[in-house]
Amino acid sequence: MPLMGDRLAAEPTVFERSRPGRRSATMPALDVAAVDPAEALPGVELAEAPPRLPEMGELDLLRHFTRLSHRNHGIDVGFYPLGSCSMKYNPRLAEVAAALPGFRQLHPWAPDAAAQGTLALLADLERWLCELTGLRAATFQPAAGAHGELTGLLLIRAYHSDRGDARRTIIVPDSAHGTNPASAAMSGYDVVTVPSGDGGLVDVDKLEDLVDESTAGLMLTNPNTLGLFELEIERIAAILHRVGALLYYDGANFNAIAGQVRPGDMGFDVVHLNVHKTFATPHGGGGPGAGPVVVSQRLAPYLPAPVVVRHDDGTWAWDADRPKSIGRLHGFHGNAAVLIRAYSYLLFHGGDGLQTMSAKAVLNANYVASKVSDVLPLGYGQHQPMHEFVATGKGLKAHGVRVTDLCKRLIDLGYHPPTNYFPLIVDEALMVEPTETESQETLDDFVAALRQIVAEAASDPQLLHDAPQTTPVTRLDEGRAGRELVLRWHPRSG
Amino acid sequence: MDFAPHTDDDLAAMLAAIGKSDLADLYRHIPESLRVRGALNLPPGRSEDEVLGALARHAAANTPDTVCFAGGGAYDHYVPAVVGAVISRGELLTSYTPYQPEVSQGMLQALFEYQTVISELTGLPVSNASLYDGGSAVAEAVSMACVATRRNKVVLSAALDAPSRQIVRTYGHPLGREVAVVDHDDRGTTPAGQVADDVAAVVIAQPNSLGVVEDVRAQAEAAHAAGAKLIVKLEPTAVGLLATPGSQGADLVIGEGQPLGQGLSYGGPSFGFLACTHDQVRRLPGRVVGQTVDRRGTRGYVMTLRAREQDIRRERATSNICTNQTLCAVAALVYVTWLGPQGLRELAAACLSRARHAAARLTRVDGVELAVSGPFLKEFALRLQGVDPHAVVGGLLDAGYLIGPVVPDGPTAGAVMVAVTERRTAAEVEGLAEALADVLRTQRRELVAAAGPAAGPAAGGESA
Ligand SMILES: Cc1ncc(COP(=O)(O)O)c(C=O)c1O
Repeated sequence: MPLMGDRLAAEPTVFERSRPGRRSATMPALDVAAVDPAEALPGVELAEAPPRLPEMGELDLLRHFTRLSHRNHGIDVGFYPLGSCSMKYNPRLAEVAAALPGFRQLHPWAPDAAAQGTLALLADLERWLCELTGLRAATFQPAAGAHGELTGLLLIRAYHSDRGDARRTIIVPDSAHGTNPASAAMSGYDVVTVPSGDGGLVDVDKLEDLVDESTAGLMLTNPNTLGLFELEIERIAAILHRVGALLYYDGANFNAIAGQVRPGDMGFDVVHLNVHKTFATPHGGGGPGAGPVVVSQRLAPYLPAPVVVRHDDGTWAWDADRPKSIGRLHGFHGNAAVLIRAYSYLLFHGGDGLQTMSAKAVLNANYVASKVSDVLPLGYGQHQPMHEFVATGKGLKAHGVRVTDLCKRLIDLGYHPPTNYFPLIVDEALMVEPTETESQETLDDFVAALRQIVAEAASDPQLLHDAPQTTPVTRLDEGRAGRELVLRWHPRSG
Repeated sequence: MDFAPHTDDDLAAMLAAIGKSDLADLYRHIPESLRVRGALNLPPGRSEDEVLGALARHAAANTPDTVCFAGGGAYDHYVPAVVGAVISRGELLTSYTPYQPEVSQGMLQALFEYQTVISELTGLPVSNASLYDGGSAVAEAVSMACVATRRNKVVLSAALDAPSRQIVRTYGHPLGREVAVVDHDDRGTTPAGQVADDVAAVVIAQPNSLGVVEDVRAQAEAAHAAGAKLIVKLEPTAVGLLATPGSQGADLVIGEGQPLGQGLSYGGPSFGFLACTHDQVRRLPGRVVGQTVDRRGTRGYVMTLRAREQDIRRERATSNICTNQTLCAVAALVYVTWLGPQGLRELAAACLSRARHAAARLTRVDGVELAVSGPFLKEFALRLQGVDPHAVVGGLLDAGYLIGPVVPDGPTAGAVMVAVTERRTAAEVEGLAEALADVLRTQRRELVAAAGPAAGPAAGGESA
């Protein structure tokens, strides 16, 4: 194999690379009496043999995972305009911060006296998130955005039931992310869908018809999942608040407005922030993230316990004495090390840095939109997009080409494809979020690639159907994966 | 300061291209009353050097350089250097959910390997690709059992850690889920009594929150006799010695992944794992990776069983989870590969030997005894007579030793957990024992002084 050929060559599984008796681990020499498990654990059913884990020397181990990494695209490798995900540069300063021994070695059940640095940091972070959202108090337990949604909806439920008010429904727009209705169902609510109007914004007249005394709340992303700012948000808030219902802000798109517009000022009562999006903590292939929830004063009593408080002597502590709390959502304190990264990010930017950050994210999205919309029109073109835009590839259908094909061809041209087929209300949706950390040249090259592919769709559609050709595998048979359900390695499954 | 690369010329050219006069113009369509005017009340931006300086000061205000004997689901196991080397690779670190499998084979294959490892550790055939943490994993497993049995009541062992019990209640409350708790016995084990026929699941932990090994087989029989599922929250290093819960009849095995190469980091991020029997695959929450082939017949991996998930099934999804803890799952895979089967066995055996030594030594301190009599592996509960356990934990912290958590409720409330990993030396155990004797003496003296002169001489001290 050529020396650089491993980027495309198949990599056996770690089990196939395994050889009996190989090992990496060394244990400290035992300086106490060795205990015989069978004697020490009478009546306990012991393992006949240890679990069949891989057996590898350390260099082979490292090579295996290095080769796997070669078969993976990340922001560090190239442009990653995955809409709704804010795939921006993940600053390494945050990695260094989170790895400081004082943070890394801190046990979750260490007494508060041993965690003063982390508690003070969380208290600062709470204050900053309150300032950014225009709200009053926060919880850090939620481990991701959807976890925050569940938390926020449970807060809304607790608020209503504390007032003896049993409400049944949560309204979500037809453009909402799937986690919104799923979280509403987990919170015991019926889901009511409000349609979008012609401009891609919530149809506020229809919303008015749907809202009544049984409405617990509305979940909204603003800008919405089309990348459009809900211009009538104040009227929307008034409609909900008039009947005592609350507004939930899905912060997935906060990168568009951080430091520019505050959810609390728009009338939102509860917000989750995806710190792995807006505050650039690494997405890790699908987590870990963090989804802190920030609330208005009237929801604060219901926050998950414990919460960070300051004693009169200036020390910080966890306060679990919260009689109205919804309880707990995390076994420890949430993804603390992810929050430390977010803290570093905020400290680096400062207030003014956040304002230029969000504005440049909006600039980059509008720049790309303006350069491709003649060939890939916006799904809803009436309003100016914010940090992302949703184009429709429905024009490609005339050539028998779908947005999937365009996306796969983008891979051959060096780009991670944008989000596609979401939101559901745009036919052949292509959701592009460049983020602020990409340069004009990168965006120009990407635009050229998109335009080239649209031209190829007409001249050589097969090229798109056959894409990608430059990857370790071509298109995969997802139907077969679902039928055969090979979900783990077996000695025969190779 | 931001990380955007735009020069002034770039900004001017790009703004001109879209017909905007300045950056503020991008927000001018938003109602003016909503736009932030002026500066935010946030600190000013700083250089990287200054940021790291500020963070170092926060980190130094923690006191982690104590000798860690704390347990309660997070343990001071050694994390080998190779774990960090793998998960800091930018191709993995800075990728996201593998929606485009052709450019995500590295992560997808790693998750497939992770699922295999979890299947081996739990003794069940199917694993998902991770959940947020062990606590939320318990709640997800309970939901699966309730859907499977069409019942809405669960029985939790009092020796399932308190946070997990609270999370089950928090998740269950809006769905009208009934939660009952059964006390453990004097041994610290959960009695495998008769299970009512309206119970969806019995939930125990192995070893449990008191460190004691449960009889999974008996629990499984009792649960199954009532048509209920047995859910076991597994401390994963335990199966270096113990039979896997899956082999003993558990239907769902979940757990906190922290012991598998995650470090402490104040409890997060780590991950939750969840494994189940074949018949439950369509009720699994979250991502699942499956093997398939590409158009050339080459083996490859994709996310599968997608019709369970929120982006497709919306309010009828099995769970709302989207972003999970993928990188932590990969760290666990690397760790477990580093260990290998013999390493896992040696690890569990080393913890057992060291914990037995520590228990013997610590219970020679006056007024210190094991809180329960059942068999334990690396963690055990101590009863400290006549003192406030939180004060003792605080006193030990000042002496440089961390123990805990204090058992918050149930028959053993007030006992203190001590965990002994492969890192804890005989000298450290000796140091802890002496410090404990000291702290107890001081505590009792203070209690006596507070009770007034009539209370008699202070008890305590060390008999050994
Ligand atoms: C609009 C929107 N809402 C909610 C979520 C859920 O966030 P998370 O994946 O962090 O749970 C996402 C994320 O992908 C999203 O794009």
